[in-house]
Amino acid sequence: MSDVIKGAIYVVGDNIDTDQIIPAQYLSLDPSRSDEKAKFGWYALSGVPEAAQGLPKGGTPFSREGQPPGRFPLIVAGKNFGCGSSREHAPIALQQAGVRAVIAEFFARIFYRNCVNGGYLLPCDSPAERLCDVVHTGMEGELVLANTSKPVLYVPALKTSWTLSPLSDIVPMLEAGDLFSYARARGFMPSCPTPLRVNDDHPDD
Amino acid sequence: MGMTLTEKILARAANRSSVCPGETVWVKADVLMTHDVCGPPTIGIFHEQFGRSAKVWDREKVVIIPDHYIFTKDEKARRNVETLRTFAGEQRLPHYYDPGTKRYKGVCHIALAEEGHTRPGEVLFGTDSHTCTAGAFGEFATGIGNTEAAFVMGTGTLWLRVPHTLRFVFEGALPPYLMAKDLMLTVIGTIGVDGGTYKALEFDGDGVYSLSMEERMTLVNMTIEAGGKNGLINPDQVTINSVAAKTKKPFQALTRDADASYLKEYRFDCRALEPVVAKPSSPDHHATVRSVSGVAIDRAYLGSCTGGKLTDFLAAARVMNGRRVKVNTFVVPATTEIERALETAKIDGQTLKQIFEHAGCVIGPPSCGACLGGPLDTLGRLNEPMVCISSTSRNFPGRMGHKLAQVYLASPLTVAASAVRGVITDPREFLA
Repeated sequence: MSDVIKGAIYVVGDNIDTDQIIPAQYLSLDPSRSDEKAKFGWYALSGVPEAAQGLPKGGTPFSREGQPPGRFPLIVAGKNFGCGSSREHAPIALQQAGVRAVIAEFFARIFYRNCVNGGYLLPCDSPAERLCDVVHTGMEGELVLANTSKPVLYVPALKTSWTLSPLSDIVPMLEAGDLFSYARARGFMPSCPTPLRVNDDHPDD
Repeated sequence: MGMTLTEKILARAANRSSVCPGETVWVKADVLMTHDVCGPPTIGIFHEQFGRSAKVWDREKVVIIPDHYIFTKDEKARRNVETLRTFAGEQRLPHYYDPGTKRYKGVCHIALAEEGHTRPGEVLFGTDSHTCTAGAFGEFATGIGNTEAAFVMGTGTLWLRVPHTLRFVFEGALPPYLMAKDLMLTVIGTIGVDGGTYKALEFDGDGVYSLSMEERMTLVNMTIEAGGKNGLINPDQVTINSVAAKTKKPFQALTRDADASYLKEYRFDCRALEPVVAKPSSPDHHATVRSVSGVAIDRAYLGSCTGGKLTDFLAAARVMNGRRVKVNTFVVPATTEIERALETAKIDGQTLKQIFEHAGCVIGPPSCGACLGGPLDTLGRLNEPMVCISSTSRNFPGRMGHKLAQVYLASPLTVAASAVRGVITDPREFLA
């Protein structure tokens, strides 16, 4: 987990569901095949209606077929980002498009778990303010993660910074990289698959 | 202090005497279900993490049901099914429902119940958000991603945070013009598409216990449309009889404690509710059918895990019997069992299939169909920005295909009444 994520921000609104993040017609591509995995990035957020593609003006496609990833490493969204289906293709698509963190008021549950368990990108909650109404698509941002109990988003064009929700719960998983690395590091996952000891161990302890 | 049903099940699955909302626990899985969209990537991660020759933790507990992209020429969709077939063969999985054979079933959530894989008191993980459907049987059932599913495949366990529970009580018997879909669209309209996020939704009251198992499944199925982690109904004799008829596997029907504590409780009087829709383009855009009555539609669609069960088609056929539809209307049974039942279940001496054919409907083969868009050649897919009324589950932009299409969600009764008139129509006009 790096300390600072810098780059251009892409802004969307509330309830961006998984069909908008990666439309179902592309789900027959298999993300476990490396040649097909990259293609998910081309279609990331392609299901967002044009008027809502890049707020406040709209009409800014997030990604294009064949385009190299990394144009927008940061996404700022409204509430309930990632609602809808359980498709892990959604965080994969964003990661393949070069997104490293999404800052939303709050996330849908399965999407959030997929981001963290798969180690694709960092989901950051910002419940205090509606950043998607303030930040504009294309503005540069700096997400500072050095203090995980006080991650901060700084937007130079607005000369403003916001303190986001603490990452404390998911820090051990983020530091490990993903669910498997975490489980191995804790001795939860032996090299041969036998059932884990079922107990009250907290993944964070 | 007492526990809710969700807490009781998770406590048992974590081998604990009790759990509290907010705690994180490791639980044992009773069933892991996957399908043709998320199965191949799950298998990919399983092989990568556990090795090419690794075996699943318990082959009796892994259920694979291809259902999303079955009747398409899309080569990659067909390849995904081949990946599942190969894996099921290598692992000698007894519960693989192979397309193109007599084993093929159709929509996974309905097939799970038909084949006795949904049992009270158990923990079911599935790589599909509507896995919560199985909560109708009094089990903890939730959707997970591919990475988590691969972890369960190898270890039989997963970490979970114990959710707080919201309780929805429906009082009074359901009038004949209301269906479970109306109840659930009312719930989602009340709390919003994010109102249940990170929470369990428990459904209660004599209105709920008067419902058939299929209708209960519709109710719980849409828990995810309110953002819920899981939904459930405490098992009663209807549940136990239904499950016992499908499986010989023993199960223990846990129920909530009388002094269980809920985060919040909502009460509804069934007699005061009306047929409702979710307007485009969100399941919480709640409106009475009366208030949108007369809105012109281009298409009607009956199908999916939410609205493609026998009770859904019986309701629609009651309205369509002896009438013709005015717009393109698709009837897509969820499973092969339901497809067969269309030829045996009768109203006034006519089979449902005859009623739908005489009405001018197109009957498709059993699968998820156009509920989620999918490949462009999917039957009933909205390839243009048309207006559709549908008994499916979700109407976010682009869900059924075109991102500018407008989808109204409604009960099968309302969909059928609207198909017959060609405009959105209150089913009470046909049920007098």
